[in-house]
Amino acid sequence: MATQISWSFEIRRIILEQSKRAHVGHIGSALSIADIVAALYSDQTSTFDPGNDDRDRLVLSKGHAVLAIYAALFLKGWITEDQLNTYCGDESLLGVHPEHLLRGIDFSTGSLGQGLSLGVGAALAARLQQSSRRVFVVASDAECNEGSLWEAVMFAAHHQLANLIAIIDLNGQQALGYTQDVLNLSPMADRWRAFGWDVHDVDGHDVAAMQATIANLDTTTGAPHVLIAHTVFGKGVSYMENQIKWHYWPMSDDEYQQAIAEIGVRS
Amino acid sequence: MRVALVKTLVELATTDPRIMLLTGDLGYTVLEPFAEKFPERFLNVGVAEQNMVGIATGLAEAGYIPFLYSIVTFASLRPYEFIRNGPILHQLPVRIAGIGGGFEYGHAGPTHHGLEDVGVMRVQPGITLVAPADHQQARTAIQATWDMPGPVYYRLGKDDRTTIPELEGRFELGRVQTLCEGEDIVIVAMGPLAGEALTAAKTLAQQGIGCTVVVVACLNPAPVADLVNILSRFRVALTVEAHYIVGGVGSLVSEVVAESGIRCRVVRCGVRTTPDGVGGSQRYLQGMHGLSSEALVRTAIQALEKVVS
Repeated sequence: MATQISWSFEIRRIILEQSKRAHVGHIGSALSIADIVAALYSDQTSTFDPGNDDRDRLVLSKGHAVLAIYAALFLKGWITEDQLNTYCGDESLLGVHPEHLLRGIDFSTGSLGQGLSLGVGAALAARLQQSSRRVFVVASDAECNEGSLWEAVMFAAHHQLANLIAIIDLNGQQALGYTQDVLNLSPMADRWRAFGWDVHDVDGHDVAAMQATIANLDTTTGAPHVLIAHTVFGKGVSYMENQIKWHYWPMSDDEYQQAIAEIGVRS
Repeated sequence: MRVALVKTLVELATTDPRIMLLTGDLGYTVLEPFAEKFPERFLNVGVAEQNMVGIATGLAEAGYIPFLYSIVTFASLRPYEFIRNGPILHQLPVRIAGIGGGFEYGHAGPTHHGLEDVGVMRVQPGITLVAPADHQQARTAIQATWDMPGPVYYRLGKDDRTTIPELEGRFELGRVQTLCEGEDIVIVAMGPLAGEALTAAKTLAQQGIGCTVVVVACLNPAPVADLVNILSRFRVALTVEAHYIVGGVGSLVSEVVAESGIRCRVVRCGVRTTPDGVGGSQRYLQGMHGLSSEALVRTAIQALEKVVS
């Protein structure tokens, strides 16, 4: 447990440090999935080791939250601190969205509604190659506005891609408002269930619970799995939580100091 | 060219287990030879072209060579951003076969007319773009490109019977193929309209006008050196394509002329107007847009007269 808390803390710390240093936004979206990323990367049963061709695959469909992934890649030792510190710099592979040429990133993403299709292809390939590798897709709730995502939802269920695990970062918020006001997506779990997925409602900030859920999934036969991860946008920083502003906004010096102080005591 | 595609794929897939065939619920009586021989490598994804491209990207990342099959507009335009962000951005060997370029689905109406696929694909430097003139060239072109590391877009016709004898199925990446040679005017054709261009050339010859006809079947990489070489010998060039005049082979030739400083007047024969709701056969619609051999003859003579005057 201590390790898991440390992972969440370290991911949040890096998100804040790097976004402050680079003076860029998307902080709230990255903090929202910090614990999901901690659950995936600190779990001994999942391997995203870029040196292993038969590794589990991860598609960060909500690519704008990639800073959480960069943090994990650094904590795993797959990118160096010097590389991490190039975030949003010139000649850097660490941009606001994931770039597959970076060690540890399987797919370039950023355009919402595309990642689940990539994951379906990757899962299908694993089945055809008789590999036990799993494919994780982390998508946002607002991304479910995109019709293309539901094409992939239908396909995965029809073909019973049990090795496909989608995680929906259900923070109820999108770029210009709350999802219930922009395009109501609730009841999210029922929608996925109706399409034939194996649905699990989870606390998206409970690392141990998410790991336990994933560990208990049958990824060999049956329906594809989705974790409806209930999260708080900007989780861990009081003035960011559930605030639309932090979808785009960078931090001031004072805001940064407060945020760093809060993640140390609030997590 | 549909039969040529599937026949070639069956042969290739027999020795290469990486080849898969995906369709967006199209290809009745065409895809069965592959589907029956390799059921585990054939997939009808349903009416979902965006997902088809996304799936293919995931498959290709894992080592497969997926061929995607649909009508031109659905294969290129509907999933365009998926193509851009998937196989092109990742440089993965996804093959997209768009069937029925131009007015081949004439009676089906403007939603089924493929008039801009070459243009939208040609602006992407990372994709090989092939538009064969007949089924024999389609077969050669597929054999020459199926194993490339990056993505390929094929604009394929429906016709598997008509051949252009002078072409003899020749294809080479980044090259043009010459069908006949004359001194007065050059016609640069893309796709099956090369047949109309040849007929026009024969009529022009009877009137004492020597005509060179070349086929551009590989638009990316563009056959720049060949075009410079050929165009520099003529004062007038006609480009012929079942495509909007913007973005296709007419644009390519114009760009080559402009950038190389060749003194050659380019007259683009293609589709210049938005759909007007009038339907009809492929032949009728091509005629409407000045793409019949008779119209090409008239356009060629007018172009030559302008240059002389």
